[in-house]
Amino acid sequence: MAWQWFHRLGSPRWFYEKTQAWLPWLTAITLVLLVVGSIWGLAFAPADAKQGNSYRIIYIHVPAAFLALAGYYIMAISGAIGLIWKMKLPYMVMKSAAPIGAALTFVSLVTGSIWGKPTWGTWWEWDARITSMLILFFLYLGIMALQQAFHSRDTGDKASAILALVGTVNIPIIYKSVDWWYTLHQPATIKFVGESSIHPSMLYPLLIMVIAFYCFYALALLLYTRAEILRRESRTQWVNELVARQAGSVNHDIPVKGGSAV
Amino acid sequence: MNFQFDSFASFIAMNGHGPFVWAAYGITFAVLAYLLASPLLQRRRFVREQARQQRIANRNPD
Repeated sequence: MAWQWFHRLGSPRWFYEKTQAWLPWLTAITLVLLVVGSIWGLAFAPADAKQGNSYRIIYIHVPAAFLALAGYYIMAISGAIGLIWKMKLPYMVMKSAAPIGAALTFVSLVTGSIWGKPTWGTWWEWDARITSMLILFFLYLGIMALQQAFHSRDTGDKASAILALVGTVNIPIIYKSVDWWYTLHQPATIKFVGESSIHPSMLYPLLIMVIAFYCFYALALLLYTRAEILRRESRTQWVNELVARQAGSVNHDIPVKGGSAV
Repeated sequence: MNFQFDSFASFIAMNGHGPFVWAAYGITFAVLAYLLASPLLQRRRFVREQARQQRIANRNPD
């Protein structure tokens, strides 16, 4: 059946077992890209004509901000799938995406603040882009808190999915804020349509770091979701067997096939 | 593509921007490391706790 893959995708067990094999590859790719991109951006990309070396913060600031926004889509879409098809796995993904998104939003705010001091002469400004990112940060925190606020996990899932969907109105505001309110934050330098206003010698390491952060995001989301799957499926046969295998391999120091890794 | 600094010391100093650049990178990588360590620790705690409960259940079969 054409829809079989969709139902399998909704099975936490299938997801848990399928993603096991991806983890080492994803970890390796993420680490290599992060190291190469950071060294290239920090040491080999030319200094900026106006900002000098402080601009090198762009190589972590922009990728973190990209993923803070992309992660919100992933969270909200997972929540919507959970609400519409009443599937278990999307809610687990949604719950896992919230702390990662919050942390990356925090990173983009903090690195932006540190970058702002030598560049704009201030740590903080109530500029439209910065303020809307701060709202995004509070949205993530609100979704995490709402998830925990109910006795019933189902209710918490539904309530936080609805909050995530309502909060999507903030996303286009963040994107367009630099154009609508031209205050302090510079407009986008990378454009998917038309020419980017950044020199290739600075663009390539930035693209590597963006890809690195996407890989990192996928890795973190997998790890969080897998931990969440175990917690929520703790009463099932397959999790019990998995725990018995793992505990056995730890106690007797015998490696069990597919058991001890991660 | 060349190394942009005269020496390692000037790479660290970054013409006075060093503290800003290195603080930003330090905080970022600390957060990234936390995001990987946290789910792995959660998972380990879960397995340990469940294994303990399994041992208790095996010892006292109803």
